[in-house]
Amino acid sequence: MNIVDRRPNPKGKSLSNRQRFLTRARAEVKSAVQNALRKRKVADVEHGEKVAIPTRGIVEPAFHHSRRTGRADHVVPGNKEYVRGDEIPRPTGGEGRGGSEGSPDGSGEDAFEFTLSKDEFLDMFFEDLELPDLVKKSLRETFAFDLQRAGYTVTGSPSNLSVRRTMRNSMARRISLRRPKPWEIDALREAMEEARSRDDQEEADRLALELKRAEHRNKIIPYIDPLDVRYNRFERVPRPNTEAVMFCLMDVSGSMTEAMKDLAKRFFMLLHVFLIRRYRHVDVVFIRHTSTAEEVDEETFFYSRETGGTVVSTALEKMLEVARARYPTDRWNIYAAQASDGDNYGADSGRCVSLLGGEVLPICQYFAYVEVGDGMGGSLTGLARDSDLWRAYSEVAPAHAHFAMRRVGDPSQIFSVFHELFAKGGVRA
Amino acid sequence: MPDKYSAPMARLEAAAPLFSGPNWDYASLRQTFEAIERIALDELGLDVYPVQVEVITSEQMLDAYASVGLPLMYRHWSFGKRFAFHETLYRKGLQGLAYEIVINSNPCICYIMEENSMTMQTLVMAHAAFGHNHFFKNNYLFRQWTDANGILDYLSFARDYVTKCEERHGVEAVERVLDAAHALKDHGVNRYAHRTKPNLAEERRRAEEWQAHAEATYNDLWRTVPGVARGKDESDADELRLQEIKRELGLPEENLLYLIEKRAPRLEDWQRELISIVRLVAQYFYPQKQTQMMNEGCATFCHYQIMRRLHDKGLITEGSMLEFLHSHSSVVFQPDFDDPRFSGINPYALGFAMMSDIQRICQEPTAEDKEWFPDIAGHGNAYGVLRHAWANYRDESFVLQYMSPAIIRKFRLFQVSDDSSKPALRVEAIHDDIGYRKIRSALARQYDLSRREPDIQVVDVDLRGDRCLILAHYVHDGVLLSEKSCRAVLRHAAVLWGYAVKLLEIDAATDKTLKTYEVAQPG
Repeated sequence: MNIVDRRPNPKGKSLSNRQRFLTRARAEVKSAVQNALRKRKVADVEHGEKVAIPTRGIVEPAFHHSRRTGRADHVVPGNKEYVRGDEIPRPTGGEGRGGSEGSPDGSGEDAFEFTLSKDEFLDMFFEDLELPDLVKKSLRETFAFDLQRAGYTVTGSPSNLSVRRTMRNSMARRISLRRPKPWEIDALREAMEEARSRDDQEEADRLALELKRAEHRNKIIPYIDPLDVRYNRFERVPRPNTEAVMFCLMDVSGSMTEAMKDLAKRFFMLLHVFLIRRYRHVDVVFIRHTSTAEEVDEETFFYSRETGGTVVSTALEKMLEVARARYPTDRWNIYAAQASDGDNYGADSGRCVSLLGGEVLPICQYFAYVEVGDGMGGSLTGLARDSDLWRAYSEVAPAHAHFAMRRVGDPSQIFSVFHELFAKGGVRA
Repeated sequence: MPDKYSAPMARLEAAAPLFSGPNWDYASLRQTFEAIERIALDELGLDVYPVQVEVITSEQMLDAYASVGLPLMYRHWSFGKRFAFHETLYRKGLQGLAYEIVINSNPCICYIMEENSMTMQTLVMAHAAFGHNHFFKNNYLFRQWTDANGILDYLSFARDYVTKCEERHGVEAVERVLDAAHALKDHGVNRYAHRTKPNLAEERRRAEEWQAHAEATYNDLWRTVPGVARGKDESDADELRLQEIKRELGLPEENLLYLIEKRAPRLEDWQRELISIVRLVAQYFYPQKQTQMMNEGCATFCHYQIMRRLHDKGLITEGSMLEFLHSHSSVVFQPDFDDPRFSGINPYALGFAMMSDIQRICQEPTAEDKEWFPDIAGHGNAYGVLRHAWANYRDESFVLQYMSPAIIRKFRLFQVSDDSSKPALRVEAIHDDIGYRKIRSALARQYDLSRREPDIQVVDVDLRGDRCLILAHYVHDGVLLSEKSCRAVLRHAAVLWGYAVKLLEIDAATDKTLKTYEVAQPG
């Protein structure tokens, strides 16, 4: 008997099958993911999702007997009261048909539930979405270089010597040229000594000759020949500068109800996950404002409470200040998203417009404004009264293709609005 | 010897337990295996392949589940689906994992899970490494249809071949063929051994014998008997030629995949090879489908005997024995038909009960047993009788041969007839003198794979017309095919065949065509 421990074997043997299955069921899974999203909290986005998908696209059909035709006998256990000739009303389920004829694989399942991993879920979730214009047009920046392995070379600096490759070549050459091994020479020498001690002169001479030949061979065939030597080769690959910074601006003033804040939080949350997922080098700056604005960390941004009036321009000023200090436009791609209920201190809207049009938009690749409503679906139609900020921003919008405005009134709309804003190819307001 | 001495003496003689506590290690696994092996080979007389025990994690067990219990398998989305399905059930706690998986190969590979306690490992080794292993090595169906020496090599070939095809022809093209072949895989097995290929010397010998026989029995009188008028006109000759072609195509043929693999006009070589892979894997599983109850019964009976003997010898502790009995009794539990847990007859329960019953009949027969089983009642050598049964029967014939009235009473089996034209089901037989035989043969029929699976054959290929492949489903007792899945499978068949496919449902008794399905040539 053998006992083999298979536990260290690579895990995830089924992974590629699983991917194939997901590809197969993609359409179903996708709609299931979006349905699931309506129900769940955005804070959970980063976790995997349980999705139930209908079996339509993934049935494996096989010929089998129909249950509703013909005559069949079944033998089942557990008779308690029946005698021969008794009639039993036909059970409504399939149960009366006896179990041995269980339904063939697949045909009995109505929906098929399984859990997507976090990566799979996010892949589905953000499919077709792209951060707009990631590549900065005015490239005046210095390129950073990455070293990438690119095979082997016969020249190079000693520090790049590839010992393995060199020894491999050396060994191959030594074997093919039959370089005598040290112990073979030793053995010959011993044999010769031994023959000499036996006074077998003839044998000793023969061995001496052989030994001489072997030693000569050993000398002319070097252990390591310059021919064998190999160096690791590296290529310098320019690394495109894709550093980007995302400004998240949010109104946390008293006029924002909890429901509105929640909507805004959801939107940013989605954005946040999206950014972290798509781009490795994305800085995120959180700016919240009431009548004054401050830069805060993520935790504070989403979860702390504030009260106060509303002066939107302070947030824009703060953003400009931070951008000037830390994110010069020649090095960074700047994106911004603002969430607000649309309320603003009356006199401030004009200032917002001039700030936005004059200073903020010119340095931004993209600016999205999301107005969160109070959850009344009707208020989002054109019939509703436009808010101060909405009206103000509407003046700016036509002149700037990279400025987008959307309204969200209900958690279920978050995803579609988000999707519209970041769809590949881009939808602009 | 006075009684009071015998007990302590016995205890003195008993060896120390092989292990104590739930944790296992390699040393105790090996030791226990050797103890089991001695009992299995010397006392039960089992004959097994060499064993390789492999320890795996639950994750790997799920992997193995997904690839239908085989250690390696080609890649296909359906295995991913199975994996996702089992994983969900397992993670939710709705379904425990099997304690083991055993593979019919030489050496016999037996997977055990790391989570199992030492008692469970002992049980698993007795169950799989000896019970199943003996069954695989000795049962006639496995001997006839599966090649335990070659299966692992073949699977690794299959996996590499499928991967290569995917690289060359694209995943989608390969998937299309595999999907279609999977749909037909239940009808891709040979149910009967084919005639061996004629070889020249043999044929010549037969021809000579035939000639000699004809000369020896020559009677001039036969010449004068008017024969059937041979058709001389064109159409008859044509008909004869068609018949000849059909015969050469090997029609009718019930192995649909085989016919398609060899004869489909439009397949590429690699597609034929893929079909062949699916077909051979299906063939490998064919004996398992026919012997599930016996196989599990054999393994359960063996583990029960072995565990009891280990306990009798004092090799396992009382605690282990209780743990074992707890797990054993839940394995052989048979819910009644009206129990929500009921899902058919539990093969472990019935197999174990029947085999224990055979042992009882051999050792302590009742008058009834002597009447029903004159050849084995009181036979004495129960293991011999069982080994014979394990080697030479399948579920259907085993039930027909060995099911005793005692078992029918124990399970309170009854036979229900379900006629779709009548509003209610009717109880045909219960466990009484009139019913025993009826129940027994009805249950045997229930285990008969050729009745459980639709009887479908390729009957014709329209050679003069549009090359349409014509299948026939022979309808027994009026049970038709389920429509939706039938259409889906035919679409798959058309993909492989390359032309239209037609299926006729023909009543086997009256030869009347009841229903026709037709699927057009795939675009």
